[in-house]
Amino acid sequence: MDTFIPLLTIFMLAVFVGFEIITKVPPLLHTPLMSGSNAISGITIIGAMLSVSSSNQTTMILGFLALVIATINVVGGFLVTHRMLDMFKKKD
Amino acid sequence: MDTVLIDLIYLVASVLFILGIRGLTHPRTAVRGNLFGATGMLLAIVATLLDQQIFGAGMDAFAWILAGVVIGAAIGATFALKIELTAMPEMVALLNAFGGGASALVAGAVLVSDTDPSTQTTIATVASGIIGSVTFWGSLVAFDKLRGLLLPDRPVIFPAQQILNGVLALTALGLGVMVVTEPANTEFYVGVVVVASLLGILLTIPIGGADMPVAIALLNSYSGLAAASTGFVLNNNILIITGSLVGASGIILTMIMCKAMNRSLINVLVGAIAESGGSQSDADEVYAGRVKSTSAEEVAMLLDGVRRVVIVPGYGLAVSQAQHQVRDLATLLESQGVEVEYAIHPVAGRMPGHMNVLMAEADVEYDKLKEMDAINPSFEQTDVSIVIGANDIVNPDARNDPSSPIAGMPILNVDQSRTVIVIKRSLSPGFAGIPNPLFAADNALMLFGDGKQAVLDLVAAVKDAA
Repeated sequence: MDTFIPLLTIFMLAVFVGFEIITKVPPLLHTPLMSGSNAISGITIIGAMLSVSSSNQTTMILGFLALVIATINVVGGFLVTHRMLDMFKKKD
Repeated sequence: MDTVLIDLIYLVASVLFILGIRGLTHPRTAVRGNLFGATGMLLAIVATLLDQQIFGAGMDAFAWILAGVVIGAAIGATFALKIELTAMPEMVALLNAFGGGASALVAGAVLVSDTDPSTQTTIATVASGIIGSVTFWGSLVAFDKLRGLLLPDRPVIFPAQQILNGVLALTALGLGVMVVTEPANTEFYVGVVVVASLLGILLTIPIGGADMPVAIALLNSYSGLAAASTGFVLNNNILIITGSLVGASGIILTMIMCKAMNRSLINVLVGAIAESGGSQSDADEVYAGRVKSTSAEEVAMLLDGVRRVVIVPGYGLAVSQAQHQVRDLATLLESQGVEVEYAIHPVAGRMPGHMNVLMAEADVEYDKLKEMDAINPSFEQTDVSIVIGANDIVNPDARNDPSSPIAGMPILNVDQSRTVIVIKRSLSPGFAGIPNPLFAADNALMLFGDGKQAVLDLVAAVKDAA
């Protein structure tokens, strides 16, 4: 349990940072906020990569499945957010 | 490779994620913000490749990782580039599903190979398994409802639904305790995932179409929390930081959506509005003899010489894909010296910000898309409001009738403008299932028809009149 408290501290502080920034996002950009934050929640991809390199075969297979869907989440999320944000540019 | 270096790169990536979300606070910086986020992700992935576990596993591990990334990237890119922007709620639901599913899978993968997991690891594994599975299946149900595939758009409610959900939640927790006490017995984790999957489905089916903004925002939050608990499984800071950012974001959006409907989260989650029959006034009583139907030509005459027009887009506009025609109408009016603005209700459409994306796609400048609180005071100085495919969000009963099922819900005060044109297929009620006295108001005219065709006719009529 010696890692738990430091990790919990980071968790709590990050929640507060999240609340502070996200309350400033205007409703205009709420959809891109969802798809963009969704893309970064695909950070699980790094856990999936570690599992894929395991010598345990079950771990490896589960990790591979996770890797594929996490990558869909990351690549799809960032790209679709970019597509949307591109439309919100100021027109001249 | 030195773990200190890897952790430092993770720290840089975390900072980039935070800067990325901060970029989304303004349309001018938003594109750059998203690029910050993507750069952070790339850095985190490269740093992970340097990890001893992967580096030491040799070429086979690299090959599998490359294969997984290539497959996932190809599917993800195809989705992102092919999907119609009007289908964005479905896209976000699908992305939520994948995020949650990945977290539950990784937690399970770690549990299988960890011969002596700590209590922190096992508890976090259970949390990832429950939240991740609920997110995965809940989001798939939301996706299905939005697409109209298997399940109806309306709430699916059956007797003792909440009791069943409670039993399932307790069963998942009970199996979770077994995982913690006997981690080597992985069947218990499979049990947690199966029960939580069922729970995810049952929790989402009672949520009706117009309440989808809440469901999507909440599932978005869950996908973040699932990633954060996987961070506790792996003792990994970046998962925890990122997961809590996303968790916070989803919760805030959920609260904003609930406030915009003046309903509690619980009320939305149990699909309560469909049942609350209470004091529903009879549609015939409200509409009889008072509804005035109009034509495109008549509206064109009305629009001749006005100074200010406000357009109110609703879900019906998205369904009939009328955004480009609406923009054409606005451009035409502006060329005649009319001031045109758009009034965006927070819960118009099927997800937070849905109408903004729709109008932005049609090249409407974002500073003309006004939030409810900003535009409401100006309706009294508005000559004509044009409501397209919206209903409950402009129902004055929310303001005037304390016994109405939607009493207290903040609405767009279109009824205060000099004339209101409502473009709608019929007098059928909106999601709340109640009649709308606006349609029978003295200053209201109904232009019946499909949104896109009606606006097309209107554009032609305004051109003719000029």
